[in-house]
Amino acid sequence: MSSANLAHERHLAQQREAAQKGDLAPERDGPRDTGLDDASLDRWLARTWQTTPGIIGALSSVDHKIVARRYLITAFVFLCLGGLSAVAMRIQLSGPERGLIGPDRYNQLFTMHGVTMMFLFAVPIVQATGIYLVPLMVGTRNIAFPRLNAFSFWIYLSGGLFAWVSFALDMAPDVGWFSYVPLSGPEFGPGKRSDVWAQMITYTEVSSLAVAVATIVTVLKQRAPGMSLDRIPLYVWAMLVTSFVIVFAMPAVMITSTFLILDRLVGTHIFNPAEGGDVLLFQHLFWFFGHPEVYIIFLPATGIVSSIIAAFARRPVFGYLGMVLSLIAVGFLSFGLWVHHMFATGLPKLGASFFTASSMMIAIPNGLQIFCWLATLWDGRPIVRTPLLFVFGFFFTFVAGGLTGVMLASVPLDLQVHDTYFVVAHFHYVLIGGSVFPLLGATYFWFPKITGRMMSERLGRWHFWLAFIGFNAAFFPMHIVGLWGMPRRVYTYPVELGWGNINLFITAGAVILFVSFVLFTVNLVHSALRGDPAGDNPWHAGTLEWATASPPPSYNFARIPVVTHSEPLWAERDTLPVAIGLRVDVRELVISTVAEAHPDVRETSVTPSIWPLFAALAIGATFLYSIFSPWAVVWGAGPIAITLIGWFWPKGDPEDEE
Amino acid sequence: MKQRLAADLSKLPTFGLGPRSPTWWGTLAFMALEGTGFALAAGAYLYLAYLSPEWPPGVPPPNHWPGTIVTLLLLASVVPNHILNRYAEACAMVPVRIGLVVMSVLGIAPLVVRWFEFPALNIYWDANAYGSMLWVLLGLHTTHLITDVGDTLVLTVLMFTRHGYSGRRFGDVGDNVFYWDFVVATWIPIYLLIYWTPRLG
Repeated sequence: MSSANLAHERHLAQQREAAQKGDLAPERDGPRDTGLDDASLDRWLARTWQTTPGIIGALSSVDHKIVARRYLITAFVFLCLGGLSAVAMRIQLSGPERGLIGPDRYNQLFTMHGVTMMFLFAVPIVQATGIYLVPLMVGTRNIAFPRLNAFSFWIYLSGGLFAWVSFALDMAPDVGWFSYVPLSGPEFGPGKRSDVWAQMITYTEVSSLAVAVATIVTVLKQRAPGMSLDRIPLYVWAMLVTSFVIVFAMPAVMITSTFLILDRLVGTHIFNPAEGGDVLLFQHLFWFFGHPEVYIIFLPATGIVSSIIAAFARRPVFGYLGMVLSLIAVGFLSFGLWVHHMFATGLPKLGASFFTASSMMIAIPNGLQIFCWLATLWDGRPIVRTPLLFVFGFFFTFVAGGLTGVMLASVPLDLQVHDTYFVVAHFHYVLIGGSVFPLLGATYFWFPKITGRMMSERLGRWHFWLAFIGFNAAFFPMHIVGLWGMPRRVYTYPVELGWGNINLFITAGAVILFVSFVLFTVNLVHSALRGDPAGDNPWHAGTLEWATASPPPSYNFARIPVVTHSEPLWAERDTLPVAIGLRVDVRELVISTVAEAHPDVRETSVTPSIWPLFAALAIGATFLYSIFSPWAVVWGAGPIAITLIGWFWPKGDPEDEE
Repeated sequence: MKQRLAADLSKLPTFGLGPRSPTWWGTLAFMALEGTGFALAAGAYLYLAYLSPEWPPGVPPPNHWPGTIVTLLLLASVVPNHILNRYAEACAMVPVRIGLVVMSVLGIAPLVVRWFEFPALNIYWDANAYGSMLWVLLGLHTTHLITDVGDTLVLTVLMFTRHGYSGRRFGDVGDNVFYWDFVVATWIPIYLLIYWTPRLG
């Protein structure tokens, strides 16, 4: 044992001794799980961990699975809204000079499409998947900071409602999802539309930062005994790296949107060149967030792919260490690319070359991951089910999007196709290929865990092929029409340009993609009601979420698993090593050390509370009011303070006292 | 699936202080994200200063005295803050209560002086981008200051109730100490940016 370790141990011993001497109420003990038979253990834990029935109980829930389910359903609704806005745009563009949608409505539609897909669908759904799965995969009973997690959902929901109610009132943002100044500034963006954009950003970023913090602490401190860093499932690693990227990237967009609203509301000049401000500063700040954002969406998808491939290839993913290092490398490199979104702004050549180099460099760790997955499939005995089909779709589509990405990283080509449909094609290949296909695979893969029922394999295969064909039919021709010069964000085009036929073809592809999602929805609803019972582990996968019932009980695990292998359920096929000694009358879970996951503390997890909802209402109302008056911050401070005190003040539950 | 008993956790303590507690890590994560916000705001200030031919642009630099007094008060508060931490680790109720009252006073004092910092900037936020950035930087730090003082006050009241006799509450005191260090540490670069960058010529 190293001297640092020894000193640490001594320090701990001193702390414990001091704690015993201190002014503490005597430790109240209660019944433990030691010696309880399975039936009474289940009765105790179910009573302790349940979400209280009734409407107040539902609104107070802090169960990570319930909160995650709400997130997943809400994000799916926003996916539908974003998808419908895309279909509306495609119908308008299906022929030259069509008059279905006017330019103003069209501007709102493409802005809402982008904003919804990025902020209300993609980020929330990857985080929601993590909220559901991470605590199960690391073998704990709830996420860290469960009330913060519940709060984040209410904030997210109010941000999304706010944006779409604005759209219904014809005051939705209309300046593109990145809302560049000066177009969105006080001079050129009258009305409240850009303010809606700015505050919607604030809502969603508060929410995703809160989830990121909860995820990080869950992974670092709540892993099951024995789950050392080299035994963490790759999906959990991906969520950990993603959460760190969120922590360092999201503040940039909050700063951007705050600066914008200050310029618009109280007359600051941060982005006003006439008074010493600068418009490019907006772009720098926005893309310092915006590029990592792509990886916030993509990295969890790589974790999903690793989980699915390991389960269906029937072996652990090849090159675990390389995979983890790639994830971390991508996380770091994602912060060094933002200027490649700004090649057309006339930056110094040397700077542009640097960002070209780093944009190409990020292809290396991503490529390494793909080769590791291929090696896993090569060496395993793959069984092709719907989740794996979507992974194959991901390979093909994402690699194609990656290739156009490498093309766009070179400045001359970027200048040529800047703001054309070539770029639209590129990022839909990367985002739909890189994230939506894996997420669809994840749905088929984990749906049995969440609902206890299998999804229909037949409908699943139809869904996959329609989605794959529809996607490529819709987006591949956009490369061509982009090279022909069709700019993005135009609501129509003249007949003489000859873009009519190819656009009609693209719209046909979009309709097929849309139909595939209708099938998917039918499959979801039908399987949830009538699907075959799934059992605990329908895919015979190796990670801990499959060690408990489907759907998991409120307390996740009757006894906390003890981990001896990176695929714990494959290490011992029939028995699960578990720990005993926890109280069953309060919500107790195990806090472990960061690197080795030695069990260190038995700590209580908080009880349900209505206060996070009240806090979200107070904060949401303040954000809303702040669009109209800067005094919102002053008037909102009181209610916010009251709700936060209500949230944190101990109510006398045993959980609060120790 | 059959279960095999592999570990007994019954002897583990029911709370841990500092890095042993999840709250400490949560506080650290919030510091990281708020620190990123500070760094980006500072970066925006330097970016605009670099672009501007003259900094400050045709106005006198801020009067640094209120800011300097706040700096000295904040630096002085670090000492009792860490003494308080020592007592919180020992879970000693009476000195912790005294320490929290002291820290509440030492939190309100710079907030009072802060009130005089805004007029001492010698410019309004809507005069030009330079003025905007000064108000933004000072406002950003003031928000943190108010939040942490509010937190300290509530915690002080809490520790005078029966809820205080709990390891978790002493842990909260430790985390409050930790966050106050952050509020002090972030002020130093902001102070230099606001008051001394314009004096560099």
